[in-house]
Order: sequence, then C-alpha cells, then structure tokens
Amino acid sequence: MNRTPEPPPAPSSGPAIVEEMLPLEDGRLAGLHARLAARAEQEGLLEVAYRTVDSPVGPLLLAATPQGLVRIAYEREGFDAVLETLAARIGPRVLAAPRPLDAAAAELEEYFAGNRRAFDLPLDHALSSGFRAVVQRALPRIDYGRTRTYQEVAELVGNPRAVRAVGTACATNPLPLVVPCHRVLRSDGSLGGYLGGAEAKTLLLALEREGSAA
Amino acid sequence: MTMTEPFEQAVQRHGETVLRVCRAVLGPGPDAEDAWSETFLAALRSWPELAEDTNVEAWLVRVAHRKAIDVTRVRTRRAIPTDQLPERPSRETVEGGDEQGVWAAVAALPERQRLALAYHHLGGLPHAETAQLIGGTPASVRRAAADGMKTLRRVYGAQGDAADREPAQQEQVRCEPTHRESTPRTTDGEPR
Repeated sequence: MNRTPEPPPAPSSGPAIVEEMLPLEDGRLAGLHARLAARAEQEGLLEVAYRTVDSPVGPLLLAATPQGLVRIAYEREGFDAVLETLAARIGPRVLAAPRPLDAAAAELEEYFAGNRRAFDLPLDHALSSGFRAVVQRALPRIDYGRTRTYQEVAELVGNPRAVRAVGTACATNPLPLVVPCHRVLRSDGSLGGYLGGAEAKTLLLALEREGSAA
Repeated sequence: MTMTEPFEQAVQRHGETVLRVCRAVLGPGPDAEDAWSETFLAALRSWPELAEDTNVEAWLVRVAHRKAIDVTRVRTRRAIPTDQLPERPSRETVEGGDEQGVWAAVAALPERQRLALAYHHLGGLPHAETAQLIGGTPASVRRAAADGMKTLRRVYGAQGDAADREPAQQEQVRCEPTHRESTPRTTDGEPR
C-alpha cells in the first residue's frame, strides 16, 4: 500500500548489513501482497479490506467489510489511525485489498465527474449506533444538489430538539460523501463543520450545484 | 489481550524479512514465494487470537520455518514421478536483484550454515531458538551462522570492489553507505 508510512526499523532483526547484501527486487513484495490479498478474499479471511483513491477533495481511504462499505476517510483524519480504529472495532484482519472496493471507487469517480447523483452500494453501518445511526441513515434522503439545516434534519428524524445531536451525528459520519452529511448547513446558511474540512464541503456543494444545473 | 493491530502492519513491517528467510531456506525461486504466501495466509487466520505482546517478527519467522518444510515436502512428492528430469534449478534461479551474487552464494552454502544464517541473521531469532528449529546446540548454530556470514561478506566484498569500477553500479553502492564501514577493506578499497 503506497500510503502506508515507512515501517520503523525492526529492532530485533539481524544486522542491517545482511539485508543490504541480500537485496529484494523492486515490486516483488507488492506482487506477493496482491496475491495474498486475492487469496485472503477468496477464502473469506478478511474482516476489513481497504484501498486509497485520489479525488478532488484529496486522497480518500475506502474500507469495506463482507457486508459492504463501512468507512470513507479523509486524509486529515489520519489513515493509520482510521485503520487502527477499524481493527479495534470490527476486527484485526485488516488488509490492503483493492478489489472489494472497485465498485465504490468507480461510483465515487462518477460522482466527482458530475455523472452520478446517488450511490448504489451496499453499506455496513457497524460503526454507528443509536441516534447517530438514525440521523446517518436519514441523510441520503436529502437529494443531490439540495441542502438542509441541522434543525431541518432534526425534524426529519422526528426529534426537532436534537439539533446538537444531529451536528454530532454529521461530524462522526463514518461514510462521508456516500452518506451526504455535506448537505447539512447551519440555520443562518453558513457552512457548519465538516470532517473533510470546510474547503472540501464548499467544493462538494459547488460540484452538486453544477451537476443539478446540467 | 489479543491482537488489535491491523494485519496489514505485520505485512508492511515484516514482509521483507520473511521473504529473505524463505529465499535463504528454499532458494530464490517460486518455492520461496509459495512459502511466503502460505506464511502470511496462516498468520492472517491466527492473527485475532495472537497475544498482543507477541514478538510478531519472531512468530512469523517460526511460521515461515514450518511452511518452508511443507513446501519442501510437496516439492519432494512432486519430484517422484518425474525423477528423470534434471534436478529442479530453484537453488540456481536468481530472478534479478542479485547483481552482487550474494543470493547465489547463500544457495551454495552448506545447509546448516544456510539455515542458521536464515533464521538468525535474516529472521532475527536468537541462537537458542534457531537451534530449536534446525537442531544442534546454540553454540553450533552460532558457529554455522558466523561461518556462513564470513563467506557472504567475502563474496559481497569482492563484488562491491568490482562495482567500484563500474559506474552503473557505483551509484547503487553510494546509496548504501553503511556496509562500506562494515566490510573490512584496506585504504585503497581492496577487501582483505
């Protein structure tokens, strides 16, 4: 995985000299990794498969369980921290394996190209519970190119006084973009927070305005 | 506590070490890659049950040892009906990355030296633990590993000297400055 940082020097491995004397060809390990990922998937051993993709809002980490897409993360969230959380909360059999994310990557690419208004992907909501889960499941009801206020979303889920909780639900959305928390704004029309950053939120809203006008 | 680290970290941190061990044990051909794959598949299966404070690298090296034995058994079995064919050349097959000829030198070492070097110098296991895997006493493992290293240093030193005269390889040597201090040399660059 090209975005995984350099591993720390292994303290217990033999003298560094022997590793220099016995070099490995470039790309050999990547080939073995790909083979491992394919077999692990085939044998149903993966709890979480992930890959990264580039996008107009920066690199994104996509992660899926056998049930469906479970996490989309922005780079500013720290991919390593996100993977550690996935391992702790879902299971430690976490492996960089691109194929299970092919459909999600393709749909996101179409979305960013302005050619997709809704996502058609199996989702795994395992990372959300309680009221947050209720809010996050309701967000896809806000149509492409439209926005709602936190207050309106609170009303939408039948709890008009839970405005702050709606804000929290948006801020902790494990599936941004696909679950469109970027379409929720403050009542005064200002942007409100976004886990991908204000710039990303602005970009997404502009993208969808253009997409709806077309 | 059992393991909560993403398995991917184990592949990133120890994948190269395990591949070097498998190659030293089985030769730099497809057998080593099969052993690598079987090692990490087995590790992935057991990963959630592994104690959190496990020395992951040593654990993987021990798994690799068992998988290398399995691969050798399969190879031997496969070889029976085709014993008229020439000996499988996996020891001699070097698929690039061995400009210095050191992988070939590993393959040519006496078996005990090769295994001691694989598990101790490449795999990082202590002599006592290496002795448990390959038999013999820790002292004999220490001697075998040291003898193997001596041969490899000689090959590497000789090749490194040749590289000094070849501009294309000189660049590569410059990128890895530390071994020059570790390789005994006279001031004019000749290995002792």
